[in-house]
Amino acid sequence: MARVNFDGVSKAFDGSLAVDDLSMEVLDGELLVLLGPSGCGKTTALRMVAGLEDPTGGTVSIGDTVVNDVEPKDRDVAMVFQSYALYPHMTLRRNIEFPLRQQRIPADERGRRAEEAAATLGLGDLLDRKPGQLSGGQRQRVALARAIVRDPKVFLMDEPLSNLDATLRIQTRADIVALQRRLGTTTIYVTHDQVEAMTMGHRIAVMRDGRLQQVAAPQDLYERPGNTFVASFLGSPGMNLLPARCAGGVLSIDGASIDLGGSVAAIADGPVTLGVRPESASLDSTGIAASVVLVEQLGAETHVICALADGTRVVVRQRNQRVRPDLGDPVAITVDPEALHFFDAETGERLDVGR
Amino acid sequence: MTSPATTAPPLPSRPVDLQPGSRRRISRRHREWGLAYLLLLPALLIFGIFTFYPFLKNFKLALYQNPPYPGLPSHYVGLQQVQSVLSSTEFHQSLVSTLVYVVMVVPVGLLGGLLLALAAHRAIRGTSVYRLIFSSTVVTSVAVAAVVFGTLMDPVVGLLPWLGFDPHPAILGNPTWALPAVALIAVWQFLGLSFIIMTAGLQSLPDEILEAARLDGAGAWTMFWRVTIPLLSPTLFFGLVVGTIYAFQSFGQIDILIGPANSQFTHTNVLLYYVYQALSIQNDPGVAAVLSIVLFTILLVFTMAQLRYLERRVTYAGN
Repeated sequence: MARVNFDGVSKAFDGSLAVDDLSMEVLDGELLVLLGPSGCGKTTALRMVAGLEDPTGGTVSIGDTVVNDVEPKDRDVAMVFQSYALYPHMTLRRNIEFPLRQQRIPADERGRRAEEAAATLGLGDLLDRKPGQLSGGQRQRVALARAIVRDPKVFLMDEPLSNLDATLRIQTRADIVALQRRLGTTTIYVTHDQVEAMTMGHRIAVMRDGRLQQVAAPQDLYERPGNTFVASFLGSPGMNLLPARCAGGVLSIDGASIDLGGSVAAIADGPVTLGVRPESASLDSTGIAASVVLVEQLGAETHVICALADGTRVVVRQRNQRVRPDLGDPVAITVDPEALHFFDAETGERLDVGR
Repeated sequence: MTSPATTAPPLPSRPVDLQPGSRRRISRRHREWGLAYLLLLPALLIFGIFTFYPFLKNFKLALYQNPPYPGLPSHYVGLQQVQSVLSSTEFHQSLVSTLVYVVMVVPVGLLGGLLLALAAHRAIRGTSVYRLIFSSTVVTSVAVAAVVFGTLMDPVVGLLPWLGFDPHPAILGNPTWALPAVALIAVWQFLGLSFIIMTAGLQSLPDEILEAARLDGAGAWTMFWRVTIPLLSPTLFFGLVVGTIYAFQSFGQIDILIGPANSQFTHTNVLLYYVYQALSIQNDPGVAAVLSIVLFTILLVFTMAQLRYLERRVTYAGN
């Protein structure tokens, strides 16, 4: 086990930066999720830890060793790929034993460890089959078994659940978390799925366009997003972002005003971006005037998508459906002043309002 | 055209065999079949005249013996001619030469193509230049290749005297070296095709599996033998079938460099060349027909055997 450190790491492909000056530390024994939309550089960052890509700047360290010039096979990391990357011509036993064979571990120990790993993942009776005879979920577990059998310093997982169907994904997600907590191996987990990120990670690192946006524990990230991107990316649906203006402790939004009433520290007068989680907004008789453009019934809750007069969309999450608006209905949105987030109107950075 | 659809529907009181709808379907089906055959006709004609008819005629020719003097009619001898050809020393020698030749050409050609493809695949720069150079042998005509190699092997102006060796008797007139020499040309020509096939195979290997092997600690040797070769086995198998068929059909370089007069003596009388000799030099279509049936049968059996036995062992990575 070891910590992994990124120190000013960059990677350019043909002049365009895939990862831009990434500095962060993955703690020993931690499961850190790299989260971001596709093309944000999260997989590239992971592959630089594996040694499958060379950084064009900065250093990557595993433990106390800078590994920039260390061969992948000498880094003592195990990777689980999205496509599983099993050897199709080998039985499961040979697949799982493969890394041990390379370390010249004697056959009896090899067999014992492979069987242990297979048993851990519930593959015990499939060891003599080939990958082609297995389902997607089983193949994914073989890939995990091949990773854990080596007892590496670090696990790297590149969207390992994205080829599984929804039910299996939830099951395997829980299995991976349980496995990681039990083994206590430092793990970097790449995903674009925020639910995976929220449920699995000790901490989440959000990336966008090659740059790190914020690293925090899942709940912190949700409750105190560092900028408008993180705010809108996390949560389903994401945070509503409304252009507002502050004057003397009173917010005006599209004609309506909200008296902050000293619930927050002073915000400088001028434009500000207001963040409202869908669950912090509700439909009422007075408030910000809007009209309903879409109603999504999800069973346990309803998402009412409204448009303000200037066209800004606001999603309201309703748990109990006493007011059930129809398309085109004029409605009024009220927000909980205690649950507002404030961001700089220009930079999008979070404004600290002392809460 | 009047279609049934435009006619009045039959009166309900009159029972009819066919509903208008099904009658319409049948007539449309007939028209479609007719059109299909019409479109197939040119291909069928060409195949019929140049492939199917000669193929069948060949079987008939094999049963007729040629007259001893030109102008006399050939007469039916049944399987007797087949028997006499198959038991002749010339045939045995030709068969052995052919098999030795195929064994020399196919493995070397495949392995060479694979090594070149690996080299070009790994090249840091100039991959496309290597590809162009290596695959160029495919488009070189066999006559040109034979003349170039013939010059290189020439006992007076060739490569060996230039290097200080005395190649006497000449390579191409030498019973030991003539067959390997013409096999070398076939290898050289097959290299291009083999290179293209192997390059295509290498490019289709899944990167993630190779990366997984790197992370699992596989060195270059293990990587090649335990991962690349098994994943490439469908490609190797395809190359083996194509290469075998190609090698069995070598003709040009033997005709140009050895010729009918020397081919028996130098053991370069491979089956296809023997067919040509029997037909064009000895004017014996009956014997030529028997030999080409033998060649056809060998290729058929060979290909079927390769397909049947090797296909089970090759790994298809696409699952």
